[in-house]
Amino acid sequence: MNAPAPSDSILTVRNLSAKVAGQQVVEDVSFDVPATGVTALLGRNGVGKTSTIKGILGLIERKGELTFAGERIERLRTHKIVQRGIGYVPEDREVFSKLSVAENLRLAERTSKPRRELVDNLFPDLVERAAQKAGTLSGGQQQMLSLGRALINENRLLLVDEPTKGLAPIIVSQVADALAEAAKTVPILLVEQNLQVVRQLAEDVIVLDGGRVVYTGKAKTLLDDETLIHRFLGVSGGDSHPAPSVASATSAQEERA
Amino acid sequence: MSTIVLLLITGLGLGALYFLVASGLSLIYGLMDVLNFAHGSFLTLGAFAGWEFARRFGADSWGTFLLSLLVGAAVGAIFAVLTELLLIRKLYERLIEQVLVTVGLALATVALFEGIWGQDPIYLTAPAWMGGQTNVLGASIPNDRFLYIAAAVIVLIAIVLFLKFTRFGLIIRAGVENRSMVTALGIDVRSAFTLVFAIGGAAAGIGGVLASHYNGYVSPYIGGSLLIFAFIVTVIGGLGSLSGAAIASAVVAVLQQFANYHWGIGDLVVVLLLAAVLLLRPSGLLGSKA
Ligand SMILES: Nc1ncnc2c1ncn2[C@@H]1O[C@H](COP(=O)(O)OP(=O)(O)O)[C@@H](O)[C@H]1O
Ligand SMILES: [Mg+2]
Repeated sequence: MNAPAPSDSILTVRNLSAKVAGQQVVEDVSFDVPATGVTALLGRNGVGKTSTIKGILGLIERKGELTFAGERIERLRTHKIVQRGIGYVPEDREVFSKLSVAENLRLAERTSKPRRELVDNLFPDLVERAAQKAGTLSGGQQQMLSLGRALINENRLLLVDEPTKGLAPIIVSQVADALAEAAKTVPILLVEQNLQVVRQLAEDVIVLDGGRVVYTGKAKTLLDDETLIHRFLGVSGGDSHPAPSVASATSAQEERA
Repeated sequence: MSTIVLLLITGLGLGALYFLVASGLSLIYGLMDVLNFAHGSFLTLGAFAGWEFARRFGADSWGTFLLSLLVGAAVGAIFAVLTELLLIRKLYERLIEQVLVTVGLALATVALFEGIWGQDPIYLTAPAWMGGQTNVLGASIPNDRFLYIAAAVIVLIAIVLFLKFTRFGLIIRAGVENRSMVTALGIDVRSAFTLVFAIGGAAAGIGGVLASHYNGYVSPYIGGSLLIFAFIVTVIGGLGSLSGAAIASAVVAVLQQFANYHWGIGDLVVVLLLAAVLLLRPSGLLGSKA
């Protein structure tokens, strides 16, 4: 049960259980996040993906063993875990709406050498809007800001929760490209409903159902298997019968082509 | 006309005292969701500390008076920080326990103050100018009122500058909006909690010294009576909103003065205003939290 962590993983999760509002939403979850590339954390709505991420960060009550870069972190408080080198892009962005764009980024800076240029180059929109209140940004711009907050530090892992949720197709592809760029230098655990984005970014997948891990493997193996996709995700992954979430990415790709 | 000016300025003077208490209440609630019923005790201890200092160094001198404000601020801040570290820190997210602990602390400290300084009011001396009057548009305004207004304005400006231009201020503003996201950016939000208690305690301590001059005496009870109005002001302004607290302090106190002068029902009017705001705008004038 307590399989030794492969040496090439940045994060190992062993027997993680978590509660939200007294209800068990993550049960005995174990998986590894490789030290390079994008690992997708998949599953239908409500299976516990967000809770798993929040459990890793200690944002919700949880137990289990968490090893990050060789160090056990499950007893550390959230800010200490993050200081070890984790960037977090939460579901629904959670930018500080009453703070300006610049203040949101400044707040996120953990060292005296923030990577401002990198963020400015990735998201030129944010530079123009530095003085604007984050609450007045569009959904896409807020997502850029949320990503910017995670990328402004040199992290050893990014936890990114549904970054394309609710975004227009053209923005979905921008976000995916930014993540692809980031993934060149930092491993990412990515929760994503849009299978086209998963296909573009992820090498590995972990699938949750009912708060448990039901599948781990290569992304390509899962995505190429119509039966597996239907069984685990309840959507059709084939381009011939696009489910709604898949359709948006398809058109985004067409737009870029 | 002169009556209006008189009521307006004396109302603002009273509102200044409300604000010095309400600013801390509002910041503390905004960041930590803590209703601090012990805040009146910060004020009372600040008042006694200011008086103890002033009576030793010549209470009628300006230098002593100004230093007594600093002493009150320091003692209020230290008391507030100890309260946060020793009692409240363990009880975040536990509303009932917080209320019990802060109410208990308020009752216990009043008893302690009675034990040390007695139950009777202790009358105090102030620089002579404060007892005089200044003519403004035909109205004779007690001089001390200008001082209260000036103190509240300075405290307001200082807090606003602090919130706007320092990293801690940034953390506090962000934390008021979304505390868990602040920790998820790698920031220990608890140090901001302690700091906010210190700021609130310092403002209350200054308020305590000034309130004792407003009343003409110190007693173990001055904190409790101001705290009631400060809570009302905080709710009307919108829990967590500093500017809301500032505006509501002025509005409530001025209304109270007018109603007292004309019909002798100042307190009733304040309670009616509170009821009206709660019915029509439950989150307060500028509040975002319900
Ligand atoms: N604030 C909450 N209160 C009660 N139940 C919640 C709350 N947040 C999530 N849940 C429940 O926890 C389970 C897992 O949710 P979540 O981790 O958000 O799933 P996912 O991210 O996979 O959609 C769901 O069944 C959801 O209904
Ligand atoms: Mg989710």
